[in-house]
Amino acid sequence: MIDPKKQAEIVHKSLKKRYRKEKRFRAYGILAITIALASLIVLFADIINKGHTGFLKTTITLDVEMNAETMYLEDPTDPDAVRMADFVEPLIQSLSEILPEATEEDRGKLRGLINPYASSQLRDELVANPDWMGTTQTITFLAHSNVDVYNKHKGNEAYSIKLSEEQQQYVDKLRDKGVIETSFNDVFFTSGDSRDPARAGVLGAIVGSLLVMFVTLVLSFPIGVAAAIYLEEFAPRNRITDFIEVNINNLAAVPSIIFGLLGLAVFINLFGMPRSVPFVGGLVLTLMTLPTIIISSRAAIKSVPPSIREAAEGVGASKMQVVLHHVLPLAMPGMLTGSIIGMAQALGETAPLLLIGMVAFIVEIPEGFFDAATVLPVQVFLWAGSPELAFIERASAAIMVLLAFLLSMNALAIWLRKRLERRW
Amino acid sequence: MSKLKTALTSIALAGSLAAISVPAMARDTINIVGSSTVYPFATVVAERFGNQGDFPTPKLESTGSGGGLKIFCQGIGTNHPDITNASRRIKASEIELCKSNGVEEITEFRIGSDGIVIASSKEAEHMDLTLQQLFLALGEKVPVDGKWVKNPYKNWSDIDSSLPNKKIVVMGPPPTSGTRDSFNEQGLAAGCDTLPEAAELAEEEHAAICESIREDGAFIEAGENDNLIVQKLVGDTGLYGIFGYSFLEENADRLQAAKLDGVEPKPELIAEDKYPLARSMFFYVKKAHIGVVPGIAEYAAEFISPAAMGPNGYLKDVGLIVPTRDQLMVLQTKLKEMPNLTADDLK
Repeated sequence: MIDPKKQAEIVHKSLKKRYRKEKRFRAYGILAITIALASLIVLFADIINKGHTGFLKTTITLDVEMNAETMYLEDPTDPDAVRMADFVEPLIQSLSEILPEATEEDRGKLRGLINPYASSQLRDELVANPDWMGTTQTITFLAHSNVDVYNKHKGNEAYSIKLSEEQQQYVDKLRDKGVIETSFNDVFFTSGDSRDPARAGVLGAIVGSLLVMFVTLVLSFPIGVAAAIYLEEFAPRNRITDFIEVNINNLAAVPSIIFGLLGLAVFINLFGMPRSVPFVGGLVLTLMTLPTIIISSRAAIKSVPPSIREAAEGVGASKMQVVLHHVLPLAMPGMLTGSIIGMAQALGETAPLLLIGMVAFIVEIPEGFFDAATVLPVQVFLWAGSPELAFIERASAAIMVLLAFLLSMNALAIWLRKRLERRW
Repeated sequence: MSKLKTALTSIALAGSLAAISVPAMARDTINIVGSSTVYPFATVVAERFGNQGDFPTPKLESTGSGGGLKIFCQGIGTNHPDITNASRRIKASEIELCKSNGVEEITEFRIGSDGIVIASSKEAEHMDLTLQQLFLALGEKVPVDGKWVKNPYKNWSDIDSSLPNKKIVVMGPPPTSGTRDSFNEQGLAAGCDTLPEAAELAEEEHAAICESIREDGAFIEAGENDNLIVQKLVGDTGLYGIFGYSFLEENADRLQAAKLDGVEPKPELIAEDKYPLARSMFFYVKKAHIGVVPGIAEYAAEFISPAAMGPNGYLKDVGLIVPTRDQLMVLQTKLKEMPNLTADDLK
């Protein structure tokens, strides 16, 4: 027996130590959160810092003289004549009128200021408006991507490396004259991938992502919910269901690349489906998200209070009526939240898509489930690996678009939960 | 309640509809797979080709040369690619694989070259290396008095007194890069093979010793940021860098390249395979698909057209070492005749 007075003294002595311990424990917690937040802020700051210029484009507005002689083109309605015509010459002539100091030898340098595809833009516009022949039109072209980065990062030497000194002077002069302008980069949101950073856009990847997500949602949600309801409400508890449960939990932790291999072996090699299509991508991501949806749906069903079931059974509802009329509506918010989070995970996935050929250079915007397509994170991956400086900011801008999608999906999950959830 | 039910049923219905409507499809887009080294050139051609408006832009996957040939040789039919790119020649075993899957007729196009250079600042001393010296400078283990020991050489002049008396510091590509693979194979291993000691190595030892780069700080993995390497090389005359030729050309006013086995990396010498670290690039066309998938022959024609690969072609702007005039003429006749590639051609 210890004397109670002594005991109180011991407690009293240790009290300070215990308080200190608690304080330290809290400090650890705060420290952990600060580290997590700080790295998040650094990451976001870096992405935004590098990428905000990706939302800007540089354009050159030129008065182009549609002269039959310089273009070697008499009749713009004749496709063969158009193919042989020279659409670069009028652009360079127009530029050299603005920059009289550029000599005959500097023509190559002038050419380096205009986007390599400006000539095809001129061609397309002229073919659409054949009556322009012989007139002078003011047309806005994209600048070359080297001019683009130089113009947007004035004073930063790393970005001017690709332009010669004369070219830099030309650009400065053109900007002072208002020929070169910076504006919102609508090209980025209205076009597909391109090897030319100035023309590259995320629309193809966004459409691809939406198609893939649609297939994933339409397949994984009903299958996942049905599996969860059966396992939770109807399945007998025995070894087989235990085995299934262990496997579902295991599948949720399987690295996503494995699902890609499975997709390659089963859907492409066995069923002979085409490579690089959103349908197969959706199937693979369905396999990947199913365990997440099943687990969260089961948790949602479990959290419906037993009193509700008992009350329904008490007034004579059948098992099916109990589930469909009472349990399912109450569990729905949890199921939806789980599914949306699973989908958000799938939206950010690249590894499984690598193997089924969705990591590819695709210029055309996909129009259906069986058109070659790529997705947003893959687009980021492809651009981040490109050597051109201008692609780095495009990649960061694409990351921001991807993050915006993820944030809105998570916000939707929270909103749905808040709106539909019932508390007891 | 009923709303929820209809919503669920419609989702389930849509799901099953999507699942059963897998068509056996005709394809109007050319599918291309293959080497990541050729990818930057092929994508430019593909985009130009699509931009002309006659055919849709081909789809390109960067799978690596070996991976591309494997998929390419999988069979005939619209589910298989039409063209594969490679930064090395097809192997006899791969032609066999193609044959066993019914891909009997393929045509090879050699589309130009790429060289790996060892560059330094213009102010640095010009080096004239042999491949053997290159291996001795960068190999993980080198033979000293008949025994393989950890690389003892600190300065270039330790290897040969004709080389500069400077510390060996070389920046190069990381192991994930194709340039590094080629450098290991064509540079280090070739240099290693000139040593009498290498002949005594067992086969598995040979690859391990002859293709490993030292890790004691003399070789720095520099990642893929080209501009950073240039700035470092210009700032430090003791530094050497390993990268693709196109990059040297772009910075020709500030950088110079070392001679290898007495050969300078000049476009003509690389195109003719005289420079030891030159590698050729190819693409292979599946003849059975011509006429089935529209535009294959036209795409090949665009790739080898003078507008793309001529002396002023747009591929030169992207850094391709374009073929010589004679090689270009050979390609043009190849396009007309589309000869089949056989295992005998590889010898």
